[in-house]
Amino acid sequence: MRFLSARLSAKRRSPLAGVVVLLMGLLFTGGVSATLSSAVATDDLASDQALVDQGRQLFLVGCASCHGRNAEGVVTQDGDSQYGPSLVGVGAAAVDFQVATGRMPMANPSAQAPRKPAVYNEEETRALSAYVASLGPGPSIPTSEQYDPASIPDDEREESLVRGGEFFRTNCTACHNFDGSGGALPGGKYAPTLNGVDAKHIYEAMLTGPQQMPVFSDDVLKPEEKRDVIAYVKSLEENPGYGGFSMGALGPVSEGLFGWLIGIGGLVGFAVWIAAHTAKSEKRKKA
Amino acid sequence: MSSIQTNGKTAATATKPSKAGAAATWVDDRVGIAGAAKKNIRKVFPDHWSFMLGEIALWSFVILLLSGVFLTLWFKPSMAEVIYDGSYEQYRGLHMSEAYASTLEISFDVRGGLLMRQIHHWAAQLFIAAMFVHLLRVFFTGAFRKPRELNWVIGSLLLLLGILEGFTGYSLPDDLLSGTGLRIADGIMKSSPVIGTYLSFFLFGGEFPGDVIIPRLYAIHILLLPGLLLALIGAHMMLLVYHKHTQWPGPGRTEQNVVGYPMMPVYAAKAGGFFFIVFGVTALMGALLSINPVWKYGPYNPAEVTAGSQPDWYMGFNEGLMRIMPAWEYEIGGFTLPLSVFLPAALLPVVLLSVVMFYPFIEQWITGDKREHHLLQRPREAPNRTAFMVALMTFYGLLWAAGGNDILAVVFRLDLNQITYFMRVAVVVGPVLAFIIARRWAISLQRHDQEKLLHGYETGVIMRSPDGEYTERHLPISEAEAFTITARDREEVPALTSGEDVNGVPAPTARKDRLRARLQHFWYADNVQKPTRAELEAARHHAQHELEVHAGEEHAADGHQFDGRHDIHGEELRKH
Repeated sequence: MRFLSARLSAKRRSPLAGVVVLLMGLLFTGGVSATLSSAVATDDLASDQALVDQGRQLFLVGCASCHGRNAEGVVTQDGDSQYGPSLVGVGAAAVDFQVATGRMPMANPSAQAPRKPAVYNEEETRALSAYVASLGPGPSIPTSEQYDPASIPDDEREESLVRGGEFFRTNCTACHNFDGSGGALPGGKYAPTLNGVDAKHIYEAMLTGPQQMPVFSDDVLKPEEKRDVIAYVKSLEENPGYGGFSMGALGPVSEGLFGWLIGIGGLVGFAVWIAAHTAKSEKRKKA
Repeated sequence: MSSIQTNGKTAATATKPSKAGAAATWVDDRVGIAGAAKKNIRKVFPDHWSFMLGEIALWSFVILLLSGVFLTLWFKPSMAEVIYDGSYEQYRGLHMSEAYASTLEISFDVRGGLLMRQIHHWAAQLFIAAMFVHLLRVFFTGAFRKPRELNWVIGSLLLLLGILEGFTGYSLPDDLLSGTGLRIADGIMKSSPVIGTYLSFFLFGGEFPGDVIIPRLYAIHILLLPGLLLALIGAHMMLLVYHKHTQWPGPGRTEQNVVGYPMMPVYAAKAGGFFFIVFGVTALMGALLSINPVWKYGPYNPAEVTAGSQPDWYMGFNEGLMRIMPAWEYEIGGFTLPLSVFLPAALLPVVLLSVVMFYPFIEQWITGDKREHHLLQRPREAPNRTAFMVALMTFYGLLWAAGGNDILAVVFRLDLNQITYFMRVAVVVGPVLAFIIARRWAISLQRHDQEKLLHGYETGVIMRSPDGEYTERHLPISEAEAFTITARDREEVPALTSGEDVNGVPAPTARKDRLRARLQHFWYADNVQKPTRAELEAARHHAQHELEVHAGEEHAADGHQFDGRHDIHGEELRKH
């Protein structure tokens, strides 16, 4: 039976027909996705050849040991995991986020790369971004109108805040906490705090989904909506502490801690003080 | 007040009564308060800081009543949907329940509203925390023994009601944490076999969340539970007056008397002053420390949840139990048995509370001690009791920490999974270790007491004998201290019974008797018994002799002036 069908198809088609159809299909879907997807835009950075070359030099010194000399990624010996993933197609936005927040280069391999002081300056970061952007199309670094809450018109501001807040509470607080103070994830990983993070970096994080974070691509969350979320996060930061000291804004756990340490601790101290001040203590005076 | 002067020379003359006296007479003529007041204003209370812990709870409760009344003036217990139009910019135009909207209004638009909310919430945390420390004090000192067992049971009920009152209050604002907490409560109810779904259905008036739970909780929170709490607090305090307060042993203090100060004026001033201190601390915390910032949590939405979703501290142990519980779930004949919820959240808290509530009766059964006790014990004098509570505290504390496992992971950069694995083992091993350590520790302290009684205390004075030997001088402790230490009873260690009579016939209660005898043996056998009169006298004689031997020695070296046998007034080390 198998022999029969093989003989029949061999009669009908050229041996290369399958491969050609596959290639045509790939070309078609790739072309459609390239034209429809706004996130995968060619980057201006990548067209600056001098910058790309400078970035490549930096990359070879600081990044290649984990990501490979051509950013193709380095697989561990057992083949199961990677020292560093391939950077082809991650885009300039991912590089800008990882490098400018100090997450890359990583100081030591651990569950998660923590935020730390940036190693590269702004110029070098741009060069690295340009180099990685030149490897393949990916999300580009956003412009300030895209992420800066200040660019929201005044008459739309309130509506933006409410919309951004609703999105934040539905999609972000589960990991990042209601006040953006961060939360734990399994296996030693965590959602970092959002306090004091640049609007640009929050935007890039949503766009590229670094580490444990899911990607909120522009199809899922339009650039204006990302800006709304950032506006809400920033408004939390700008709010005065209405209730007083927030104790880390971690919820009832820190409230309980302060209740016991300061509240009950203090009151027991007062009880000791009151009990020590009576007629009794006067009678004890040296005879 | 009228005063009568009788110096034996001039006739007694009544002076004109003061205004206060006249008013008091007016009232006394009509309701006869003098009889009650005469007895009660002279009521004597012993003085010790640890006797004031329950007072913290009492005053917190008063603050809760006062601030709670204020909040009811503005809070709207309704789940009707409204569109927010208040001062908080981030939510203007958002749909929310009336309960949440009115909580925001209290926080941002009512003068002093946020302060009152925060005072109310802090006072609630302190109320329950104070009940806990009060419970620990009563437990560790054995103040729950006859005749106070019933008051202990009332106290345990107060603790339970206080926790329920706290939880209902936590649920009222209808913010994200409220709703998350209620969802868990709903899940716990539903985990009970057979009745679970009915319970949940009746409480929520249908499927969760429905639109009746907030008004219902409101009625429970401001009417039912406070009423019960007030009544039980009244009973608790009336029993306290009736039994009279326990006291520490000491010279002049016996099982038959109470040594202390009268209600008027000493305790009226102390307790009244303490109210203002508690109020002051609560007000300061309310003013300076943000508690339950509902505007950050947002209105309840079943699709949302936030990191750092925890109950208030008193439910933390329950939360911890659920967080570390392995996912045990079985299906029997088409019915799901969610043991991973039912065991930790419904069954274990009930068991734990029952053990605490009935502890006085359990201990009484083991020791067979049915006498009245008005003198307190130091924790070391009942090593097993002390160790039992230390073990319970360890168990509770570990679960408490497990309830905040995500916060621990974030703040101390730990692995969430490893915390969970650690806790699963620690809640079993920890209490056992704690029991053994606390028990041995208490017995060591008993031994230390024994040594002080028989050999005196260590003076810190090092003596060098002519042949070069160094010794530390021990001196007898004062009579008062010796009296205090020896105020406890000598304990008879019972012989283990076989439960059979001389003819080898087992008693009908043989099994029970044997168990009880074994427990009794464990309870007393390792204790260090206080010395007998003869032992004490021998020790005293020996010490006297020691002092006489060294009485005539001249000491040239510096420091001997502090050997305890000289008046050290004005003495100092000689300058070289």
